[in-house]
Amino acid sequence: MAKSASQDPLTKGRVRKQGRRSPLASIALILIGLVATGGVYALFTTSANASTTAASSALTTEGSKLFQANCATCHGMNLEGTKVAPSLIGVGAASVDFQVSTGRMPAAASGPQEEQKPSQFTAQQTQALYTFVASKAPGPGIPSKEYLGGNDNAAQGALLFRTNCAMCHNVAGAGGALTEGKFAPALTGVKAKTIYEAMETGPQNMPVFNDKNLTPMQKADVITYLKYLDNNPSPGGLDLGNLGPVSEGLFLWIFGLGTIVGVTIWLTAKAN
Amino acid sequence: MTTTTDTSAGVGAPEAPRSTALAKRPSVTASAANYIDERTSISGLVKELGRKIFPDHWSFMLGEVALYSFIVILLTGTFLTFFFQASQTPVVYDGTYLPLKGINMSAAMNSTLHISFDIRGGLLMRQVHHWAALLFVASIGLHMLRIFFTGAFRKPRELNWMIGFILFILAMAEGFTGYSLPDDLLSGNGLRIIDGLIKGLPIVGTWISYLLFGGEFPGTEIVGRLYTLHILLLPAILVAALGVHLVLLVINKHTQFAGPGKTNDNVVGVPIMPVFAAKAGGFFFIVFGVIMLMASLFTINPIWTYGPYDPSPISAGTQPDWYIGFADGALRLVPSDWGFMIGDYTFSLNIVAPVLVLGLFIVAVAAYPFIEGWITGDKREHHIADRPRNAPTRTAIGAAGVTFYAVLWAAASSDLIATHFLLSIEGVIRTLQITLILGPIVAYQITKRVCLALMKKDREIALHGFESGRIVRLPGGEYIEVHEQLSDYERWRLVSFQDYKPLMIRPNAQGRISTLERARGAMSSWFFEDRISPVTNTELEQAHGAGHGAVETGSADGHEIGTGH
Repeated sequence: MAKSASQDPLTKGRVRKQGRRSPLASIALILIGLVATGGVYALFTTSANASTTAASSALTTEGSKLFQANCATCHGMNLEGTKVAPSLIGVGAASVDFQVSTGRMPAAASGPQEEQKPSQFTAQQTQALYTFVASKAPGPGIPSKEYLGGNDNAAQGALLFRTNCAMCHNVAGAGGALTEGKFAPALTGVKAKTIYEAMETGPQNMPVFNDKNLTPMQKADVITYLKYLDNNPSPGGLDLGNLGPVSEGLFLWIFGLGTIVGVTIWLTAKAN
Repeated sequence: MTTTTDTSAGVGAPEAPRSTALAKRPSVTASAANYIDERTSISGLVKELGRKIFPDHWSFMLGEVALYSFIVILLTGTFLTFFFQASQTPVVYDGTYLPLKGINMSAAMNSTLHISFDIRGGLLMRQVHHWAALLFVASIGLHMLRIFFTGAFRKPRELNWMIGFILFILAMAEGFTGYSLPDDLLSGNGLRIIDGLIKGLPIVGTWISYLLFGGEFPGTEIVGRLYTLHILLLPAILVAALGVHLVLLVINKHTQFAGPGKTNDNVVGVPIMPVFAAKAGGFFFIVFGVIMLMASLFTINPIWTYGPYDPSPISAGTQPDWYIGFADGALRLVPSDWGFMIGDYTFSLNIVAPVLVLGLFIVAVAAYPFIEGWITGDKREHHIADRPRNAPTRTAIGAAGVTFYAVLWAAASSDLIATHFLLSIEGVIRTLQITLILGPIVAYQITKRVCLALMKKDREIALHGFESGRIVRLPGGEYIEVHEQLSDYERWRLVSFQDYKPLMIRPNAQGRISTLERARGAMSSWFFEDRISPVTNTELEQAHGAGHGAVETGSADGHEIGTGH
């Protein structure tokens, strides 16, 4: 909106040079434009506020039902936690959204690590769940869209990624092993929102990177770098899973040397 | 090579019809060849080399693969030196790769990125260089295995085995120094491991590390020093050793597999001129082509994702190139609590133990021809390559060695095995630790038994032919299975190998049996106690005589079912 409004005077300026309209016309147009946008915006936000409140209480109710049906067995009726699962008081919307939308929760079985699987809930149900959990006690909320665009500083993001993330997730985000069967998952193709929420809430074995540790802008840079890797294939050709010298060595022995040995056999074969 | 072609074309038989027509004037090539010969006496050498015989067996071409990939490495390496700056001066990257723009790095890393993204063909050259290096070491390894398992290291080739072994070590050293040059995160971490390895050596370790790095790791010197090693010292030694290796190859001549007309005193095959040279030339381009194809389709060492070296970060899945993997694996497999204290001093074995084990392993590989020669007491020259099964103990030792190496090698990728096969890394490490000890023993036993069984089968087939599955009912009502006989050519392969027996321990001049001699006797009986003797002529004649007698048809050997041959 703001963008198109600011472009208007430029276009009008060009027209004015051709002398078809009076100089006041453009000013009048800007005025009309501003008033119109402002008015609509004010109208929209107020009405949105009203409906959000209404919707949010409905969501909370729905979330509460979903929680009781799917989560309360382990996390307790009042989010207080049980012997098998932690309390969810104060975990915030971001944490619930991360766990539920990636299918890690509800857990399929107790294992070294809760694995990713297709989400059990629709986007709306997920929203209901996190609204419900967030309504009990404040915690990290759903990240703002401005940090999820993937168009910030990739170089800074790469630097931060190497320093903070690569030791578990590998420099190219290909994932890596942790102790006792746990692992850091691959980050290729993961949604920006999910990455942000993971950094903010530190799910499972991952440390929390709070806003003092990595500012929202720095988180946005990290996301930008990961999106860069997703969108730009390796300049050197196929990347062999980005696993480094192990996959290179395997490839060389099996395909490289395999081809060469095949050729030697062909060259020394007796003519029939 | 070109000279050789010219000379033979100029003076050789194919020219004969033309030379009668143009008798007055010798051809240009002939006079050019003559000019060179009068000044260098090269014709003797050309005659000798031009008749160098190459047996036709695929496994004899593996050394060539190493040679050709080395040539590719030299060519691309030269290209890379034009643009690489071996300096750790800090600079700010301002090239075309977006996710590194404005990042501090060393001039070495900067120039490598420059080669990758801003020099035309630079990335291809880098990738060709690196893939060729991997192929170089791999083909040397495979070549060594071929030599080992066919016993081609025996007298008179023990020295050439040593030189080849040195070439293998040099190739690994070349690989490692090259891997460290770009000063990216991966290579820096590799160097850090080497630094830790050196510092782990008792007493001298710290001193050596400071000397090597010119101060505390990483310092500002190491890239320049490794560069000098990588492009000057190591290649010079490598080329010299390669020259000696090839000269010895010509002097000793090739080995060959047993076959009709192939004896210990000749070499049957194709002379280098002209067919083999053409074949080998073509083979060079095939090897070059395969490397090119890999380099143009598959990324290798993407330093742009690793980023510049910085001692604080490390990436998951940090591994050395494959040929150093066994050393990395040894470090991963050593139990983390090995060590002891004497007074106030801690003696950690975490580094020393793997270094010692690897050192012993490498020395055993280098010295194997001399060890086996001493045990067998065999001072004869051997030009016939063994079939692996005909030397069961050696083959079994080789299999044990390969298993040992393979377990160490696998251990270097323990983390990737864990993630990709959904295992716990501790489980992988524990399994590999056990396999490292038991695997070679099991491999030894199985291989030895398989070899002996194969020899037994060969003996059976040589004597009695193989079962054709054709059951014939004789006029008297008797059933026999027809045994097909081998042709003499095929049989030759099965019966011509040497028979060894355990050494008799004899007292020396003083009438005493020394401990060393006793050990030798014990080793010798370990080597040759279980053995299958080759079929002798007498046995052959007897078997065939009997066979022919038993069957009235006379065309094929028959045995009654159930007589249990």
